[in-house]
Amino acid sequence: MTDIIRTENLSYAYPPDEGKEPVPALTGVDLTIEPGSFVVVLGHNGSGKSTLAKHMNAVLLPTGGRVLVDGIDTAEEESLFEIRRRVGMVFQNPDNQIVANVVEEDVAFGPENIGVPTEEIRRRVDESLKAVGMEDFLLHAPHMLSGGQKQRIAIAGVIAMAPQCIVLDESTAMLDPSGRQEVLRTVSWLNREQGITIVLITHHMNEAAYAHRVIVMDHGRVAMDGPPKEVLTRSKDLRRLGLTPPPTVELLSALSEAGWNVPLDAIEPEECAQAISKYLGA
Amino acid sequence: MLKDITLGQYFPGTTPAHRLDPRTKLILVVLYIIALFAAESFVSYGLMALTLCLCVAVSKVPPKSLIKGLKPVLFILIFTALLNVFYTPGRILWQWWIFRVTIEGIFTAFFMALRISLLIMGTFLMTYTTSPIMLTDGMESLMNPLKKLHVPVHELAMMMSIALRFIPTLIEETDKIMSAQKARGADFETGSLLQRAKAMVPLLVPLFISAFRRADELAVAMECRCYHGGEGRTKLKVLRYRGIDYTAFSLGALILAGVIVLARFGL
Repeated sequence: MTDIIRTENLSYAYPPDEGKEPVPALTGVDLTIEPGSFVVVLGHNGSGKSTLAKHMNAVLLPTGGRVLVDGIDTAEEESLFEIRRRVGMVFQNPDNQIVANVVEEDVAFGPENIGVPTEEIRRRVDESLKAVGMEDFLLHAPHMLSGGQKQRIAIAGVIAMAPQCIVLDESTAMLDPSGRQEVLRTVSWLNREQGITIVLITHHMNEAAYAHRVIVMDHGRVAMDGPPKEVLTRSKDLRRLGLTPPPTVELLSALSEAGWNVPLDAIEPEECAQAISKYLGA
Repeated sequence: MLKDITLGQYFPGTTPAHRLDPRTKLILVVLYIIALFAAESFVSYGLMALTLCLCVAVSKVPPKSLIKGLKPVLFILIFTALLNVFYTPGRILWQWWIFRVTIEGIFTAFFMALRISLLIMGTFLMTYTTSPIMLTDGMESLMNPLKKLHVPVHELAMMMSIALRFIPTLIEETDKIMSAQKARGADFETGSLLQRAKAMVPLLVPLFISAFRRADELAVAMECRCYHGGEGRTKLKVLRYRGIDYTAFSLGALILAGVIVLARFGL
């Protein structure tokens, strides 16, 4: 099977201000993202994680190396719509990506653009809204919804284009904790039940626990890459990269330093509590 | 406080007036305006007023809200009526200095005021019974032939619907900025007109900057969803004329013909 996204020695520098040297935002990034996976990309501000995301559906084009989406080079201008159909993008600010003033019209926007027949659009709109659990809001005005609901509408708008992959570029950053939960639950459901590849860009460490794979970016390079249990337990490395390890990891490592025999990779709170109670009971 | 502003003032409903195709309503409003200008005297104006009353009754829009719509133009209404009263030549009824009231003047003034009021109430009735999206859709579809003359019809309609979509967002934002400025001691409510206008500057600058940023982000988001103009675009809702539209068209044409005939006889 072809990788849904593949970057080969990807480099990018933003066009510099006049008279200044261009600052590289990405240097030599080699990544492959397999179909059906759930990848979380972490990194502190300015680590290049958002720039990387924007390369995944040709919003930005590499200044060095190349990016392949389902085998198509993103630099091929004539394949632009093919690429964007395969990889949908959800952005940070929910208000600035909703186009229409009725929910169903907004979800229909993408399919309308690619010329899907009317009856098919209807079907897709209803299905997508059901997939994100917003079918009761079909005729609502988007500005009356909560942040989490708006992001779910934005996700529905992407699903309606039947993509293979959804990239969420810090889509949870502006949401309150319950909104963040809504979005995370929605995307993990889509990943599990519909096999859609998810790339979640975030700086919230605890969101990484949902993933199959965690990539940590630093200074435009991939600094760490592996399953969450492996990456998130490397507290020292995470700190060095400007990230705070999840509280569960901190607790467990403190306990083990104090001589407790607990596993270090019980990342999720539930799991962590069980590990501790097991130790205490034993 | 800003949230109270209602725009477009659409009264949702399911009456025949709401169910008409937006294009039908737009065309009927044009016919209505033509008929208003063709109207000559009491009988024809009476027919027009009756038409409007019937439409209002069918639409179940509260008549009060229509009359409220006249408020902003009240000044213009009175001003034109007065000019007509004093400056229409004819049989003099009363004269003082340069002011001269004629019988013809009184009639013209009355009809002029009636015409403007009916005109405004009629168009308001359309916006009250048609949602803004339907209205833009209808306009886009009606203006379609202009595409041949390279008029960017789709783009205009898109701009209009995006503007409508962002009005509540920007109002909310204005509210937020105002609160932030007030918290730091800004005063928007007292002082002379000039002072108050000056106080608006620190409000408008951040509002504009954020609006431009929003526009930028929205453009990228739209492109990511494969937006590339009206070419090859399909629609979730396709406008279709139905029986009710043809009935409305026939009635409209009948009334217009009636008014023109009545006007020929000077009625």
